[in-house]
Amino acid sequence: MNRRTLLSTAAATLVGTTLATGAFAAAHGDKVKVGFIFVGPIGDGGWTYEHNKGRLAVEEAFGDKVETVYQESVPEGADAERAITQMALSGANLIFTTSFGYMDPTINVAAKFPDVKFEHATGFKRSDNVGVYSARFYEGRAIQGHIAGKMTKSNKIGYIASFPIPEVIRGINSAYIHAKKANPDVEFSVIWAYTWFDPAKESDAARALIENGADVILQHTDSTAPQAAAQEKGNVITFGQASDMAEYAPMPRVSSIIDNWSPYYIERVQAVMDGTWESDDTWDGIGSGMVGIGEISDAVPADVKAEALELKDRIAAGDYHPFTGPLNKQDGSVWLAEGETAPDGDLLGMNFYVEGLTGDIPN
Amino acid sequence: MDLTSINPILLVASIMISATPILLAAIGEMVVEKAGVLNLGVEGMMITGAVVGFATAVSTGSPALGFAAAALASAVLSLSFGVLTQILMSNQVATGLGLTLVGLGLSALIGKPYEGMKSPTLPKLDIPVLGDIPLLGRMLFSHDAMVYLSLLLVLAVWATLKYTRAGLILRAVGESHDAAHALGYKVIRIRMTAIFFGGACAGLGGAYLSLVRVPQWTEGMTAGAGWIALAIVVFASWRAERVLIGAYLFGGVTVLQLNLQAAGAKVPVEILSMSPYLITILVLVVISARGAHGAPASLGRPFHASS
Repeated sequence: MNRRTLLSTAAATLVGTTLATGAFAAAHGDKVKVGFIFVGPIGDGGWTYEHNKGRLAVEEAFGDKVETVYQESVPEGADAERAITQMALSGANLIFTTSFGYMDPTINVAAKFPDVKFEHATGFKRSDNVGVYSARFYEGRAIQGHIAGKMTKSNKIGYIASFPIPEVIRGINSAYIHAKKANPDVEFSVIWAYTWFDPAKESDAARALIENGADVILQHTDSTAPQAAAQEKGNVITFGQASDMAEYAPMPRVSSIIDNWSPYYIERVQAVMDGTWESDDTWDGIGSGMVGIGEISDAVPADVKAEALELKDRIAAGDYHPFTGPLNKQDGSVWLAEGETAPDGDLLGMNFYVEGLTGDIPN
Repeated sequence: MDLTSINPILLVASIMISATPILLAAIGEMVVEKAGVLNLGVEGMMITGAVVGFATAVSTGSPALGFAAAALASAVLSLSFGVLTQILMSNQVATGLGLTLVGLGLSALIGKPYEGMKSPTLPKLDIPVLGDIPLLGRMLFSHDAMVYLSLLLVLAVWATLKYTRAGLILRAVGESHDAAHALGYKVIRIRMTAIFFGGACAGLGGAYLSLVRVPQWTEGMTAGAGWIALAIVVFASWRAERVLIGAYLFGGVTVLQLNLQAAGAKVPVEILSMSPYLITILVLVVISARGAHGAPASLGRPFHASS
């Protein structure tokens, strides 16, 4: 070991010890401090709005025993690392990082703060003090796909996707499979917006899809802008994303996927208080209530609504898995045989379209 | 690939809608910079205009009043920048960035009660004769009044700067404030007027986002449009007609790439998505390679009558 590495190792150890002591002291204070890193503003009406509702639920459940802090609109990437570090330095005991793009920053920061617990949403990398959690949104997408397939008149369904990550691709596949079952003539056009939150761009994307003939818009971006664009165009249906978006019901919004993080957040904060927190991997769906299906509006014919609700019940009860064979990949190779259901590993790393979808996934 | 699903009439109409907010903000900022002031607070003024315009339109039921209120609110906000930088001589870059932060925070506060509400939107004009021309009529002459107002504004700014005495004085102040001062022109007063005008334009642009383009209020909804407007001013090398080209090019490429994706064009999505920025950078490189930047000589420099 030369002198330079020796010195830097010594410095790192020193810093590590100081930080660890700081975290220790904070953990034994009166309050548990819980931090949240948000990808958009809490007023987005969608994804971040629901995470913030979870934060408020934590405050309500524990009252004086917790203190919550949050930072909004943190860009994914290098700047996230700075924001998370700052939150850990400020004495947070548990930090929820609520977007896929925070995965590596969370792992990096967690390595420097072994006594702080981290929970990363929708990712797949864990360590001793980093747990991951996500919701099986694709279960909700199956129901949307069914309604979309039944209700489209142009047989064209538009999909506003955000980034080409497994969670988004799962949603597209699940919606497509069930739309196709409901209506064999259905076609999907997907727009990759490369943003989680940009109302003007989301609105432009919705308009472009509608002008290209789509009469159903599914979105995997966070704002309500596509709903407004669809409403203006008329005769187009949409689905609320992440939050109910009920202000656009009964038309264009005919149903929604609602993320309900509150029970999970409360449970994890409790675990930190009890000292029983362990890094784990939570992936819940409709059954546990983490994924909610918003009221199906009267714009949907009664028989379609009944089918959708039946599908929901079967998924909730575990009788039906949205990815059940026979299913082929886009290139025609066999993915799942007759009756086989997709293992979680395949779903978590999903990077392919199922057979029938056109276009390529950007990488 | 089935590009026939792209309807050129609707495409051009979408491009005009998409370009209008940045056009409004950019033409205002260009006048400010022509007067020698660099106001980096465009984003903050736009979003203030977006929320004030939306709130006013919702409470009064009149989108026209919404636009008027948005212009006024952003112009007044921009005066705080004017007072700080022109009278109290603060640093323009830092103050402009501060204005952006203030605008973002203030708009979130004002906008809280208006989330999820719907506003009356501007009606599409039904221009007689012109609107009845086949194809072109629907493509160019069936928009809302703000689209035409923004085009008229560009024309007015161009003519004022080129042909009027007021325009000449404004340019003189931007090129050499000391010389203009020596000639007896009120440098600070002229700059304040330009800042006020720039604020009003940014406010109109913001209100166009929340009342027409999206149309709704969402926190942080400008999502960088103000910065694009600033880039377009440089892109245009401080000329009104080029601001128009820049804004329509940027809006056009943005909308076109979304349409190509929707139509299933076999072009990698990454290239389509970055194309608006790529083209902006390319043009900037070409302009700087030619060496003629056209930046006002006193841009960003502080002025005090004693110097």
